[in-house]
Amino acid sequence: MALRSVSIALAGSGGAGVVTAGAALQEAAARAGWHALMSRSAGPQIRGGEAAALLRLAARPVSSHGDAFDILVALDWNNIERFAGEMPLAPGSIVIGDPMQGEPPDSIAGAGARMLAVPMKDIARAVGGRPNMVALGLLAAMIGLPEAAIVAVLGRSLARKGAEVAGASTAALRAGIQAAADLPRMPLPAPSPAASGMRWNITGSEAIAMGALRGGVRFVAAYPITPATDVLESLAAALPGLGGTLVQAEDELASINQIIGASWGGVPALTATSGPGLSLMTESIGLAVAAEVPVVIVDVMRGGPSTGIPTKSEQSDLDIAIHGLHGDAPHLVVAPVSIGDCLFATQWAVALAEALQAPAIVLGDQRLGQARAVIERPGDFVFAARRMVYEGGAEAAAYRRYAITASGVSPMARPGGAGGQYTADGLEHDEAGVPSSRAADHAAQLDKRARKLECHDYGEHWAVIEGEGELALLAWGSSVPPCREALERLREAGKPARLVAMRLLSPAQPEKLARALAGVTRVLVVEQSHSGQFHRYLRGSFDLPGEVRSLHRPGPLPIRPAEVCDAVRGWAMP
Amino acid sequence: MSVAAQKRYTAKDFKSAVKPIWCPGCGDYAVLNALAKALAELGRPPEEIAVVSGIGCSSRIPAYTSVYGFHGVHGRALPLATGLKLARPDLTVIVTGGDGDGFSIGGNHFLHACRRNVDLTYVVMDNQVYGMTKGQASPTTPPDWEGSKLTPEGTGVNPFQPLAIGLAAGANFVARCFSGDPNNMAAILLEGIRHPGFSLIQVLSPCITFRPEQMEWKRVVRTAPVDFTEDAARAARRLMTDDGFNVGKVLYRGSRPAYAHERPARATSLAELEREFSL
Repeated sequence: MALRSVSIALAGSGGAGVVTAGAALQEAAARAGWHALMSRSAGPQIRGGEAAALLRLAARPVSSHGDAFDILVALDWNNIERFAGEMPLAPGSIVIGDPMQGEPPDSIAGAGARMLAVPMKDIARAVGGRPNMVALGLLAAMIGLPEAAIVAVLGRSLARKGAEVAGASTAALRAGIQAAADLPRMPLPAPSPAASGMRWNITGSEAIAMGALRGGVRFVAAYPITPATDVLESLAAALPGLGGTLVQAEDELASINQIIGASWGGVPALTATSGPGLSLMTESIGLAVAAEVPVVIVDVMRGGPSTGIPTKSEQSDLDIAIHGLHGDAPHLVVAPVSIGDCLFATQWAVALAEALQAPAIVLGDQRLGQARAVIERPGDFVFAARRMVYEGGAEAAAYRRYAITASGVSPMARPGGAGGQYTADGLEHDEAGVPSSRAADHAAQLDKRARKLECHDYGEHWAVIEGEGELALLAWGSSVPPCREALERLREAGKPARLVAMRLLSPAQPEKLARALAGVTRVLVVEQSHSGQFHRYLRGSFDLPGEVRSLHRPGPLPIRPAEVCDAVRGWAMP
Repeated sequence: MSVAAQKRYTAKDFKSAVKPIWCPGCGDYAVLNALAKALAELGRPPEEIAVVSGIGCSSRIPAYTSVYGFHGVHGRALPLATGLKLARPDLTVIVTGGDGDGFSIGGNHFLHACRRNVDLTYVVMDNQVYGMTKGQASPTTPPDWEGSKLTPEGTGVNPFQPLAIGLAAGANFVARCFSGDPNNMAAILLEGIRHPGFSLIQVLSPCITFRPEQMEWKRVVRTAPVDFTEDAARAARRLMTDDGFNVGKVLYRGSRPAYAHERPARATSLAELEREFSL
């Protein structure tokens, strides 16, 4: 059955508290047994400016937004046009505005939605509260979310602001619920509560941080950058208690080198950044390739190139992540396929980097990172792969750090260990690590570094594969959840299809993809980049069966499930 | 203390069999010897020491030692060493490099390493030239030096003052020595290694290939007329009037505690962290 959900957009000027109200609604729904997703949309302003909380509530897991919003509540109309495109409305949608704030702009008024007016500001003033809490009350009443669930969440979040603020908020909430008496209802499906502890309410950024910590990361270097800072702040809070360290570096050139130093010292290490930072780091990521030092770089992607759109999502760092290093520099690129998968994908990336003594880039993005969703508690994954450490021994004098081995992996000495002394080097070197410009050494070390990644058994984790059919959707990262929803709709419409969500982007796994696509005659590649980077990568490194089409566009507008369905439906069978 | 640590070491124990790529007469040979001598006197076994460097002639030093070494990319030795030392505070970490590596491409890291004050010893072999790329002006080259085809009329840019800038940025130990006096250099290196926090040691190390006039340095340098001060303002005044050839002494010894991470009184577990998200 198609996903029944209620999608809500709550918009207003910065400081109006739409994100606070949206977060309270999301958490209340989550605690009352619903699945709930909330993402934020904000402009570039540091304080002030426009903002929107975008929510989707359902009885089943929701990992991406739908095709349109059922309810839009606007506390005011200031600058709302700047992101009206991110809040598509349908003819059945309901728009609630405050008559004191003037008329809605044409882009909203012309969407064919039902326009309603509630004097939220006046209602709030009458009870000494704020309009955002009135809006929260309206929404709770319209969707049938129990008042007590919201009061409990507000009690927790406002506790430190004192009884007066909490009292005013609750009064405004109740006034909003009363003011909704005549508003249409858009009830949520019945909740599907789970036993305590079985679900988490978590952002993608927090899940990345948890994945890193579960993977054993205990050193993090951090340079602030939107939208990756959330990951770093989560780690900053958690690491000291776990015996780890986070250092704020002077720039991204320092971050990447700090983690190389820490990891070389034996402590699994990670940094998180966004496109501009990744660009700065590329030279030193190449150092980690050549010197064979495991490190993990999380790229929370945003619109590019250059400074681009810092607050909004795009999947356009794929090219630099895969191809951005100079020389032949094999490394790992891993991408989570959902908000919840941010944990698994990051933990796996740490394990792969450690086992293969190579850098791993984790490609998240703002859409996954800054959204909060209810997920099933991730299992306690344990990866067998570990860093192969040189333990010394009788042959200590003959230790060769970069020894040519069948797997390409050679034991890594840890500073402090007697007999393991060597110099790690970005210069090409011989097996002992001594710089060498000999052709034979270069070829042998290039082969070794490539072989490590090629020979590794990535098992089933390289992709998430769902469904059956002659048509396949091929997607990665934050484009996967809308594809998954489209898959469900297509199945119901009697057009079963298959979804291959690629988690391991590099090294390419052409044989595995060929097996996953066996029997497929049509492939629709879905991604969020202007130039179709994923499509081009697939064309260059994989054999795709049958006819191939590409559905791609730049950020910040997400790929919607209906677009995927339309692309499939419009593709007449030959 | 381990048995190994009680062993008496000689300088030979800290040198490798790898033959340096340096030109005959390069000042860096003496720095390598002085470093090996200082490490022997330090008394820690070679495996408990790491030498980290960037790119350039002098940055080749790690492979010529018998300790753990890291020869990284141009200009980034300090952050790599910072990560290493913070992750492994038990190691003695020394950073080596040249004036171009440290003060030009790595200039930002230099400033922040001084102010962060991690317990590192930074040995800069200053020859006022890029030697590995065959003789271009570096940040410490005088503005009228016309020896490079890249800047045939000189750079016209005032030279960088590493010690004054390092002191202003917060270095906790500042010294200058001359490669022509290896015993004095070894003593100062040892003192810098033992001093807590960030120790900055500038070594005037001539490049006789691209700056043959630096052979005159042995006649120009003089032992600094005064002993070290613990007063940063006084040290700054001395450095601002100094012609760069006062060598052989520690100029400043600060008492700022080295950067270290506060550990919380109570450890947490992953399970505790997960409860924050749990419904």
